[in-house]
Amino acid sequence: MSTPLVIVVTAFVLSLLVGFEVISKVPPTLHTPLMSGANAVHGVVVIGALLVAAVADNLIGYLLAFAAVAFGAANVVGGYVVTDRMLHMFRARGRATGRTEA
Amino acid sequence: MGTAVQYIYLAAAASFVIGLHLMNNPATARRGNLLSGGAMAVAVAATVALLISWGTVSTTAWLVIAAGAATGSTAGVYAARRVHLTAMPQLVSLFNAVGGGAAALIAIAHLLSETDPGARFTVPGALDILIGAVAFSGSLVAAGKLQGWVPAHPIVYRGARLLPVVLAAGVLAGVLWLVAAPESLGALLLLTAAALGFGVVMVLPIGGADMPVVISLLNAAAGLAVSLAGFVLDELVLVIAGALVGAAGSILTKLMAEAMNRSVLHIMLGGFGTGDGGGAAAGSEAQVRSVTVEDVAIQLAYADRVVIVPGYGLAAAQAQHQAAALAALLEERGVTVTYAIHPVAGRMPGHMNVLLAEANVPYPQLRDLEQANPEFPQADVALVVGANDVTNPAARRPGTAISGMPILDVDRARSIVVIKRSMGHGYAGIDNELYTDPRTGMLFADAKQALTDLAAAVRTFVR
Repeated sequence: MSTPLVIVVTAFVLSLLVGFEVISKVPPTLHTPLMSGANAVHGVVVIGALLVAAVADNLIGYLLAFAAVAFGAANVVGGYVVTDRMLHMFRARGRATGRTEA
Repeated sequence: MGTAVQYIYLAAAASFVIGLHLMNNPATARRGNLLSGGAMAVAVAATVALLISWGTVSTTAWLVIAAGAATGSTAGVYAARRVHLTAMPQLVSLFNAVGGGAAALIAIAHLLSETDPGARFTVPGALDILIGAVAFSGSLVAAGKLQGWVPAHPIVYRGARLLPVVLAAGVLAGVLWLVAAPESLGALLLLTAAALGFGVVMVLPIGGADMPVVISLLNAAAGLAVSLAGFVLDELVLVIAGALVGAAGSILTKLMAEAMNRSVLHIMLGGFGTGDGGGAAAGSEAQVRSVTVEDVAIQLAYADRVVIVPGYGLAAAQAQHQAAALAALLEERGVTVTYAIHPVAGRMPGHMNVLLAEANVPYPQLRDLEQANPEFPQADVALVVGANDVTNPAARRPGTAISGMPILDVDRARSIVVIKRSMGHGYAGIDNELYTDPRTGMLFADAKQALTDLAAAVRTFVR
């Protein structure tokens, strides 16, 4: 039993529009963390990799599943960690400003 | 169980949107990323719980999952923690590569395991393999160029016009073949190989300075591939999250292309000129005025307003801390210092902002293009550090390679100092008329060294 195609396409189109709406407001200062954060979000692919790996039953299937899970995990874990590292500096700068103004 | 997991996915998708929304503001951005990451962790955990509840997953499959997850996570965390901030564009590019690659692998594995998937799955599957494989190989080449493993200048070779056409035809044939005969291994191999090759030849001819556009575009491609993987697996959370990223990448691509006044298509069809760091321009050298560190230090120390214009040279020399230190020193003397940041300065969107954030440059000192330009006429000194084409007044006249590109009006400052290693050209391969302006002094040195020396020289005036 699969989701009717029209539902999937609806979700796709509305998500694109929401994405345009939300992201066009991000200031240039945050463009790199935004891109890196968006990068981490497409790490959601790891869920797809898990679902594919779960039904693998031959050598080719296992190899493909291993690569997909490894790629997806690197994407999702690395993406969030590096975005956090970057944003930490943006916050630190805010504190530094507060000190000089005080 | 399945329904509960779907609701968890919905909550995760909502959190991704809210997380991106919180990125609108530096004060809330970190919270947004944590929210998004937390939701992602919950969604992955729910997926694992779902697989356990099936009870049909073989031990081998679990081992494969565990090994893959351990390998990927270790590599991801290591890269994310260790990589220098100046190397951020490479890292983002690598994450684009693995995301797109994983999406393509999912479609390949799924089509191999299904006996009769139907066009409902083969069409998005074929497109997923196409876009995912292009994002994979294209991002790897882009990362190689940024890291210096692949020459950054546009690479021209025999058949450079023909090969992409042949590969594009191969891709098209592969897509049609695979949709017509989903069980055909040949179709799968043709499509995958042609798409991988196309990704390589697409990015190879693109010059380093066009990288902000290329990375944004590959980011959008990886997002789209993930979304298509969602179509293949009938998993809405992938469709939604992938589409969000596709939108983000598209917006950044458009913004970057506009900031260079070039169409995305034009950029993808290859860089102009001969590329980065061409030879010294004959004839122009006679007219430039070379200055010493002491001259510049005096100018800076007795100025009221100084505008620092950072570019890729600052990132390449990793000189952001030295720039910030010099600025702080000048501020102590009562000089007002601001930074004028062009949208495409550096190698990725917002590149300069991240570097200056690392150096703890206070926010109120940063100016974007629109804010900076009205302030240049009041500036006593514009200090250009490693920026080239984005400051070239030739962009205001028609008929040059960069005509119409929005530039920083550096030439409207009362005096200009350019820190540069040589008279080499920027990526556009044309002379920068700023350098021959009589009010411009050229300080020929490495950015890091020059900024350190300037700070030392200014300090002697403070005492």
